[in-house]
Amino acid sequence: MLLEKLIAYPIVFVVGGAICALAQILIIKTKLTPARILVIFLIIGILLEGIGIYDPINKFAQAGISVPIIGFGAALTRGAIKATAKYGFLGAFAGGLMETAFGIGVAIMASYLVTLIFSSKSKQ
Amino acid sequence: MANNADTKVRERNKRYNKYVKAVTPSSAFIKSLFNAFWVGGLTCTIGQLFGDIYRLIFPDLGEKFIVNLSSITLITIAILFTGLGFYDAIGRKGGAGSFLPITGFANAMASASMEFKTEGLILGTSVKLFSVVGPVIVNGVVWSSVVALIYYFAMGVIG
Repeated sequence: MLLEKLIAYPIVFVVGGAICALAQILIIKTKLTPARILVIFLIIGILLEGIGIYDPINKFAQAGISVPIIGFGAALTRGAIKATAKYGFLGAFAGGLMETAFGIGVAIMASYLVTLIFSSKSKQ
Repeated sequence: MANNADTKVRERNKRYNKYVKAVTPSSAFIKSLFNAFWVGGLTCTIGQLFGDIYRLIFPDLGEKFIVNLSSITLITIAILFTGLGFYDAIGRKGGAGSFLPITGFANAMASASMEFKTEGLILGTSVKLFSVVGPVIVNGVVWSSVVALIYYFAMGVIG
């Protein structure tokens, strides 16, 4: 059990690193802006979850694929599909945000608090 | 005549140098790839570590909430680092390794909201909070809904 957990770490490191290195190649070779790269990888995550191969990859790579934005796209889709099964077609529009609400809510709250407490270095 | 040949040679050399430069990966390129690799890999590894720690401390919380909890931890740390001004250094070094993980998403929100604090909390902070991650949320909701609707109607047709 413990050995199994320890073996996961190098896999997580390599898979997560490789995804980011791939994005770095895209930035340098295609001159795409970071916002576009984020959306591209988000849509990759949505497609992977949509065709059902995100889960097996996630079992193998764990945080290596769920921490990059691919995992966010997959979570949105997973939630949307789940909510559709439960609430009918309107669930498709709510499920994604329901599934990712913890992250988005905390990010908004923490950003707001940090803004109140600190001042931007570049503006001083 | 000799002069003409000379220019030809020089021009050919110039073309050759340009070609060599185009096909040889520059050391800066390799270095930025390496940095993106280890910064991104390390971020994911820390996420994995938080997950394992939470599984150990809270064995009956359920896998879904554990995953949420480790994302929340990464997001909070990244936003705190943004406030303290540490994340800029990570961003300069890590490139894609620093903005592709969920930490980069959090950093984009916090840094935009801090940068526009001077324009007020409503028209500055609250408006600009989503200026970078807005496209991610919009595209995420639109395309995940489309996928779910395809599922829904496909299931209806298949039965």
